[in-house]
Formats: sequence, C-alpha cells, structure tokens
Amino acid sequence: MSAGPFQIATQEYTMKNTDIKRLLYTHLLCIFSIILSIFIPSFFLDNFSVLETHLTWLCICSVFVTAVNLVLYLVVKPNTSTKRSSSHKVTRFLKCCIYFLMSCFLFHVIFVLYGAPLIELVLETFLFAVILSTFTTVPCLCLLGPNVKAWLRVFSRNGVTSIWENSLQITTISSFVGTWLGAFPIPLDWERPWQVWPISCTLGATFGYVAGLVISPLWIYWNRKQLTYKTN
Amino acid sequence: MRLGSGTFAAGCVVIEVLGVALFLRGFFPAPVRSFSGPEHHAETPAPEPSAGATSNWTNRPPPLFSKVVIMLIDGLRDDFVFGSKGVKFMPYTTYLVEKGASHSFVAEAKPPTVTMPRIKALMTGSLPGFIDVVRNLNSPALLEDNVITQAWASGRRIIFYGDETWVKLFPRHFVEYDGTTSFFVSDYTEVDDNVTRHLDAVLKRGDWDVLVLHYLGLDHIGHVSGPHSPLIGRKLGEMDSILMRIHTSLLSQERETSPPSLLVLCGDHGMAERGGHGASSVEEVNTALLLISSAFERKPGDVRRPQHVQQTDVAATLAIGLGLPIPKHSVGCLLLPVVAERAMREQLRLLHLNAVQLCRLLQENVPSYEREPGFEQFQKSERLHANWVRLYLEDSHADVLLSLGSKVRRQYSDALRTLSLALSAQGAHYDVYSMLVGAVVVLEVLALLLLSVPQALGATAELDVPLSSPVSCLLFYLTLLLLGAVHVIVCTSAESSCYFCSLAWPAVATVLALASALLCAVASALTRTLVGGELLRRNPAHSGPRWPELDLLLLLGTLGHAASLGSSSFVEEEHQTWYFLVNTLCLALGHDICRRCFPGDDGDRAEWLAGAAPTRPDKSPRHDVLDLDQRRKGRSSLDALRGPEKWMVLASPWLVLSCCRLLRSLNHTGVQWAHRPDLGHWLASSHHKAELSVLAALCLLAIFMLAHRRCSPVSRVAMALGLLGVYCYRAATGHLLLPWQRESKGISKGIVEARFVYVFVLGLLFMGTKDLLKSRVIAADHTHQPTGLRDLHGGLVLLAALLVRPHNLPVLLCSLLVQAVMTRFVWRPLRHSAAEVTAMHYWFGQAFFYFQGNSNNIATVDISAGFVGLNTYMEVPAMFLTAFSTYAGPVLWASHLVNFLSSDTRSGTAPRGPWRPDKAAPAFASRARTGAPRPPFEETICPEDLQRPFRGSRHICVGLTRTAAAAGRSRFLRVSAGFTAADEPPGPAPHPPRQDSQNSRESALPFPLVPHRF
Repeated sequence: MSAGPFQIATQEYTMKNTDIKRLLYTHLLCIFSIILSIFIPSFFLDNFSVLETHLTWLCICSVFVTAVNLVLYLVVKPNTSTKRSSSHKVTRFLKCCIYFLMSCFLFHVIFVLYGAPLIELVLETFLFAVILSTFTTVPCLCLLGPNVKAWLRVFSRNGVTSIWENSLQITTISSFVGTWLGAFPIPLDWERPWQVWPISCTLGATFGYVAGLVISPLWIYWNRKQLTYKTN
Repeated sequence: MRLGSGTFAAGCVVIEVLGVALFLRGFFPAPVRSFSGPEHHAETPAPEPSAGATSNWTNRPPPLFSKVVIMLIDGLRDDFVFGSKGVKFMPYTTYLVEKGASHSFVAEAKPPTVTMPRIKALMTGSLPGFIDVVRNLNSPALLEDNVITQAWASGRRIIFYGDETWVKLFPRHFVEYDGTTSFFVSDYTEVDDNVTRHLDAVLKRGDWDVLVLHYLGLDHIGHVSGPHSPLIGRKLGEMDSILMRIHTSLLSQERETSPPSLLVLCGDHGMAERGGHGASSVEEVNTALLLISSAFERKPGDVRRPQHVQQTDVAATLAIGLGLPIPKHSVGCLLLPVVAERAMREQLRLLHLNAVQLCRLLQENVPSYEREPGFEQFQKSERLHANWVRLYLEDSHADVLLSLGSKVRRQYSDALRTLSLALSAQGAHYDVYSMLVGAVVVLEVLALLLLSVPQALGATAELDVPLSSPVSCLLFYLTLLLLGAVHVIVCTSAESSCYFCSLAWPAVATVLALASALLCAVASALTRTLVGGELLRRNPAHSGPRWPELDLLLLLGTLGHAASLGSSSFVEEEHQTWYFLVNTLCLALGHDICRRCFPGDDGDRAEWLAGAAPTRPDKSPRHDVLDLDQRRKGRSSLDALRGPEKWMVLASPWLVLSCCRLLRSLNHTGVQWAHRPDLGHWLASSHHKAELSVLAALCLLAIFMLAHRRCSPVSRVAMALGLLGVYCYRAATGHLLLPWQRESKGISKGIVEARFVYVFVLGLLFMGTKDLLKSRVIAADHTHQPTGLRDLHGGLVLLAALLVRPHNLPVLLCSLLVQAVMTRFVWRPLRHSAAEVTAMHYWFGQAFFYFQGNSNNIATVDISAGFVGLNTYMEVPAMFLTAFSTYAGPVLWASHLVNFLSSDTRSGTAPRGPWRPDKAAPAFASRARTGAPRPPFEETICPEDLQRPFRGSRHICVGLTRTAAAAGRSRFLRVSAGFTAADEPPGPAPHPPRQDSQNSRESALPFPLVPHRF
C-alpha cells in the first residue's frame, strides 16, 4: 500500500481531466441545441417568437434537447459498463419511453397540485411537464437507463459514482430549482407577457438547466481534488 | 436573577405587546373627531359676534339654494373636464366652465383614492382614519355626522340613483333609490343607463330637494382600457349631454320667488395612467369639481381659472348651501366664490359659522390649541367681525362697511385655511417619537430572545437575567439618564402633539427604565455569547455542521416569506406564497420519506445513515458504533413499519398535497384572482343548498371522528351534541336544509341553537382547564395534562365549527385531517425535531388562514361571526368571535402544536429538543467558565437523534444529561459535554480519533442509557 495507490491516483487524475473535458464539450453542445431551438425555427415559421408562440417553441426545444442527448449518449458512451445484447435494446428503448411518459404525467400531477388549473390550459401544463422531463428525465434515462435503483442511488446523498452522475445530479437539481423560482412572478401584478401561466416556469426551467450545464463542469473541475468516486 | 424559561417567555411577550401597542398608537393617530354628543340638531348655531351691541340675527342663515343636484362621475379626473379631452368631448360643460354661471375647481382627494372613503369624505368633510374601519365593524352605514343625514333630518326629500355603496352608507335616507352594483367591471353602458333611465321622470316631477346621481361607467372604462381609450371620449360625451339635460331642466323650473338651484358635477377620485386608482399620484388625486347655478352670474370677460381646493371643502359648502349645520368632523372650509354674491353681512356670518366649527374641532383634538396660529387668526378676525357688526347696526356708511367687510372676509378665509391645514395634518401625521420608543422596546426584546434561546432551551430551562451586577447597573443608570434627557428635549421642542409625551410621568419613567434595563440585559447576553463563541472557536472540534435539506427549506422559506413582505405585490398575493411554500414542504417531506424507505443498496445505506464521507475506508470505532446505532434506530423508525403502515407513510405527503389543492379551489382570495368563480361561491349560492347541507353534514361527522379519538366519553358526548347543535344553528339561519323540513320556514337568528353550542364549548374548555390545573398542582401527575389539552383543542374545534361559514367546514375538516395524518405518519415515525415541527405548524397555520378565504384586505373579514348567538351588537364578544373565526386556522394549528409537543415529550419516544448541539454549546461554555460543580454521575444518552444535524461532521457529542428529567420539572434534556472527539484535522486522511476505549464500549451497548463519567 505504498506505491500502488499513488500510481492509481495519477491515472485516475488524468482520466478525470479528460472526462471533465468531454463533459464540458457535451454540455456546450446541449446549450447550443437550446440556442438553436430559439433561432432556427424563425427561418421556417412565420411569426415565431419564444413568448408569442410559446408552445411551438416548447415542442421544438424539447425535441432538440432530446435528440442531442441521444446522439451524445450514442457517441460519447459515458456508461462504459453497459454490456447488454442487442435483443434487449428494443425493450430497453420501449421501457425508456414509458418512463418518460410516466414522468411527464407525474410532473403534470405535481403542477396541478401546486395550483395549476385543472381543466383549462391542460395542453400548456402538459407541455411544461414535457419540457421539464426533457431537462431532467431524458438525461437520467440516457445515463442510467430505466433502472429505478440507480436513480435512487444517484439522487441520495453521497451516492454518485462518476463525474457524469455528479453533473447529472447538478443539472437536474438546478432545473428543478429554476422551475421553482420561475413560479414566483406569476401572481404579481406587473402585467408582463412572460407572466402568463407556464411561460415564466418554462423559462425558469430552461435557465436552470443551462445554469446547471455551465456550473457542473466548473464545479467538478474546481473540486476535482476532493471528488473521489467508488469504482463499482 | 434566575428565571424559568416559561416566566421569561411570558415576560417577553408582555413587554412585546406593550411595545407594539405604543408603536401602533404612534402609527395610527386617533382620527380627528369631536366628542360632543350626537344631539346636534337641537344645538343653536353660534351667534353673530358683536362688540357691545346685541345682534338681532341669532337663528340659522337661510339656505342659498332650493334644489341641489349632485352628479358624481366615478374617476372624473380634472383634465377630463378642464383639459383637451373636455374641450373635445364635453362642449356644453366647457361652455359652462368658460362663460357660464359656474365656478370650477380642481378638488384634491386624499389617499386612499377608493370610492367608499371618497364618498365619505365628500359627505362628511372628514379624513378617513384607520381606526374608523374597526369602529364601523358593526354596520356599514355611515354613523358620522354628514350632509345627507343633516338634510334628511331637516325634512328634505333626497333621491338617489347610482352606485349602491350610497345605499349601504345611507340606508334610510333616500325617499327613492335605485342602486347599481359595480361588480361587473367590464360593463360600462348598462351601469349608466340604469341611472339615466330615471332622469326624465324625476326632473319633470320636481318633488325633491336633493338628487344624487353616481355614474360608474367612466371608472369601469378606466379599469378595463385606461384613460386614453377611445371609449373615454364617448363616455364623456354621454355625460356632457346628461349634464345639459339636467341643467336646462333646472333652469326651466327656477322661479323668481324661491332661491336658485345648484348643480354639482364632481369626481370622487382620479385615474392613474394605467387606469386604476387607489394610490396618491397626481392623476389619481386631482378631480374635477364644477358648481353650476344661476346665482353665479358673471360679466363677460370674467375669466375664472379652476382653483385648487380640497375635496373635504365640498361638505361644508353643501351644508351651507342647503342651510344646514356643517358636519361636526368636517375639516373643510367654505368655498368662498359660492357665497360671493350674497350680502356682506351674510357672507361674514357664514364664514364665522365655519370658523367656529373648525375651532371647536381643533380644541377637542389639539391640547395646546391656543398656540396654533389658526386659532389666533380666528380670534383676531372674530374681534374685527364684532366691530364690523357694531358699525353695521349703527348704520355706518356703506363704503366703509364694504371696505372693512372685505378685510374681515380676507382675515376669515386665511384663518379657515390655516385651521383646515392644521386639522388635516393632525389626521395624517405619524407620531414618530412614540413609534421609535415602541420599536426600540420591541427590537430589544427580540434581541434578548434570540440571544437567550440556547440558554433558555438548555437543561435547567432557566436563565440568568443579569440585572444586579454592578457594571450593568452603571450602564442602566447612564442609559436611563440619557433617555430621560432625550425625552425632555423631544417633548419640549415638539410642535405637534405626541402620545408618549402626553403620558403621565410615572408611566414614561417605567417605559424608559424598561428600555434601559432591556438594553443592559441584551448587552450582557451579547458579551456572554461572544465569549462563549470565542471558546468554541478555539475548540477546533467545532466545524460547521451540515444542515439537512428540510431544515434549510424551513429556514429559507420563513426568511424568504418575511423578505417578500417588503413588496406590496407579494403582500397582495401572500396566500400564493404560503400555498407554494406548503406544497414545497410536502414534496420535500415526500422526498425525505422516499429516501428513508428505499435506500439504495446496503453499503450506500450505511454511509447515508452515518453521514460519513465515502472516502474514509476504515471507520473509527466510534463511528462504527454510531453507524450501528443509527442503523438500528433507522430500522426501528421506518423498517419497523410494515405493509400498509409504510405505504401510508409514503402516501401521506401526497394526501396532504391533495387536501391543499382542494382547499385552494374552495376559496379564491387575494386581489388578482379573487373574482374568479370558486367552489365556495358555488356552494354558498342559494340554488345549491341541498349539496351544501350534505357536505356540511359529512364534514361535521368527519370532524367528530377526527377531533375526539382519544378522549373521555363525556367530552365525546359533548362534542357530538355540540356538532349537532352547529348543524341546527345553520339550518335555523337558513344556510342549510333539514331533511324532514321540506318548506323553508321563517329564518331566525338561531340564538337558542348557537347558545346551546356555546354551552358545550364552554364545558369542554372548562374541563380542559380543570385537568390542566390539576396536573399543575399535583406536580407528579402527568396523566391529566394531555387530556386537558385535548379537551381544550376539542373546544376550540367546536367553536370554530360554529363560527366559520358552512361552506368553509371542509377547511376545518382538512385541517384536522392533515394534523392527524402528519402526526401519525410523518412527525412521529420520522422523528422530526421540535423546532422543525413548530416551523411546519406555523406554515400550515398561515396557509389555512388563507384557505379560509381570508386575505390581507380588511374586506374579507367575516363580520357575521360576531353576531352568532347574540341578540344585539355587543362590542367585546363580537370582537372576540370575529377575531377567532378569522384566525381559526392559525389558532387551531397552534393548539395542535401544544398538544403534539406535550404528548411527544411525555411519551418520551423522541424528545429531540429544539436545540442544536452547536447552539447549546454556549450554555455549556458558560457553565464551564463559571465553574459550576458538575454532578458526579449523570445518565448519558448516546444521542442518535442528535447526530442528524451532524451527519457530515466527525465530531460527536457525547453526553446528554438527564438531570433535569430526573428533577421531574422540565422535559428538556441537555447537551452537557459537547465535543470530545476533539482535535482532528479536517480532510480525507483516515485518522483514528483519540478515543477512550471505555466510551466506545459503553456506546456499543444495546441499550443507549449508559453511565458516563467525566
């Protein structure tokens, strides 16, 4: 126990640095996809703007982010320990879809419990649930797969085992916090266009997600000395 | 001097109330009012002053106008008449303003620029005081002396069409009226047509003396589309044509023999640039005022610019115009141009009457009225007036009389203006000195409370209040001397009246002594804490403990809510803040429960429970012990729950969330969404009586089952009968239906039924108090206390069930349900600390306050609760009942908190005190410093409960002494020896802590109670 751990530590260190770099690039791509979702549709659609045609933007944004996440997952393959045969891939994908839908409905229910109108504005509320699931559930599904135990592990305290899971934790929590903070201006009497029901929350979620994407590589880089992960 | 924490807290509350009362007395100055009795009509008017010669004119001057039409247009700001809009859309009015027989003014309204206070100001001439709201709780009718009442009393026939606020204010005064409601803001044509349709007939009949028209349409347009909308122009045109109709009709009916008629066109308040009103911007405050009468002739070329006057002047002018006494509380002065055409003697007489009325008001409200400049001016002009009357009676030369008279008139109008200003300032000024003293006392008590929290919650539940040590004595005397000097300086130099200065000397001295004593106590507590903190900092064991998320949420939520009250928008929608916070709390609890019920795999779970950093490969024996202990405890708390119990724990936050969502749609409150249809309105409407009856019956049944599960049979029976009585009461008052009673018989006040319920309420309260007292007297007897508290809680629930409106019974039911669910499935199994439970009770109490349909608007207070079971209006019981029904939610949660905490400490399952080890440390430090002898042998608990806040840290407190518990008086335990595993450097390096093996062996014992030797 004299030389061995040291060598392993240096190896881990360099691995970690390259990992952090990859993490940063993937996150930059995600941010880029959100920016694209704001600007690209205006070339194809008339009268497109984030606030006026908010629902269209919500759909486009969630499609973009999902696509980028899937592509990144296939290209980067952060989860090296997946060793599944191709026959399981279809069921796995279907399971992921079901999980995604379930999370959408769960978020919808939570929004209604928080005071969203029950009967009116159902589409708005549901699309809000979809975009929040896109920011939180889709990365989880990509990284951890439809595995509830792993999710619970990652989101319990001190349960993360890699940089990717750590960044997942940070982006998810910051998306939720952004949504939560985004609800505050709704009841105020400022009469701004972005105070209409889901807009301030979706904007909050988006800002929270982007902030999480920016913060997590920086935070991990800052704390790379203290962060050590159990190998599984 | 040592005090028990209960005594200390009670003392603090008493002093706090004193401070708040002083502050409020300064903040809400008493309104300007006259204290003479209501028998105003019999009063003879003030005689004309005369020097030597006796005047022959003692009766009241005759009315100047035979008929008065008041045309009040809601939201008529000054530039709608006198500006470009007026020129464009109101040609006839513009003609009258520029060339006709009229006087135009810009009347300034005082905030709040809302219709009802403005109508009051126009008719009474007084400024609305905040206290008025409380004084007028019993009836919406205007009780103050006012022009309409005076006119009605003198036999004038008054007709009113327009906003029904008037009908509420003057319920018996109109011989004919048609009130339109201003509920539908989007309607701006119907609301005015309903007024105008009566106009032709009324004008033709002419059998009235006063006609009041209140047009709402303009204000509605302003609310909907702002002051620059094209609709405004059309509406102004309509108003112009109506004015023309009235004016021509009045002119055609005038006769030579009777005095002319007067047409008053005025606005109650202005309109802000965004269309609303209520605040004090120039656009909202300035209103148009136009007086039209053939008496106001003018020669060609006589340009009259609109003068700036006060809105309160209208009352005095109208009263004089109708030959009535000026309303007693009026602070306005007569508009001089109105009487300018009259004979000089009459003018002076009218001015004198007005001045006498204002002076009387001043005398009654300002103690040092002789020093007021207005009073001196009045005396001077009265002397001049007397001389003038003598000259007049002696038939002096007309020119002399005229020149002298105009001098007197100028004197009078100056005096009137000064008096009016002085009186208005009286109503609007803050008594800053009293406010400051009150605030200082409150802040000192707050600081003392905060500083002594660790000590007061410590083991002995006693604390030092160091009043007798010599240093603090010196400080005390110095402060007292300084405060006394400040008091003398402030009170001798203040020009306006000050409540605190007008107090008697002993009272002032007491308050000042209290303030300085508190300052001393705060200073000594501060030094003690600082010294203690110093000791702690030297102790490297004290690294920042990691806060659990729930505590962080509770703390940040409470602080954030307090901070949000700085913004008026958040105050208006405060209920949204509370709903949001409570929902978040429920979700956080759900998350917490989930994590505890489904820990990942076993290894993770151990780490999670221990709160140790995952890097540490080998754990200290101490930690292992604690892990074991924690795990054992964790198992015992949540894993012990099997099957349905566990699922109930998991589901309970969602149940609470659904309850909250249901209640939220029951009553919409606040400002922005208050008008939305909600379940409460649906239930309260008379078409859905059957549904409401079924719901109320079910709710009462469920309340009975929830409220009295573990009570004595006697109180159960009392509760059942009481709830039955509640239903009968509501059926008697016509809110609910009885199944055997098809026809709705006459609605009674339900006095008998309500008193029947009161008997049981009082019985339950009495039983509870008796049990409590019994447990107090027999110190060892703790069995009576919880039953006593439960009975008290039951009594309060019954009272609330009686007082809340029947559609709010679900709120009461949900409150009981949430309390039961949270107690059974969340607080007990998860072992939340007393501080957490208290904070959660506070949050829920606030949320339920708003679930009841309350808001920060005084209009949502349900005054009808003050009349339940009372024949007539009795002030004290009505106030108490109203207050209780308004604050039923917070009060019930507070009483449940007391119940919960007392039963929790008694059963001793998880008496995690409301302290944290780091907070308790100063007490320990101070004890160590003073060298108080330690008891040689103390029972020590290895406190698994205390580790939760310390999860990330490696330093574990060791001892939790039970000496106090043995004494049998206090239920608080104490951290006696804080931090023994002391000097470990922070970092991931494994380091076996200095540990005496005896300790670890002891802690490894299966039973946590082990002897521990210091």
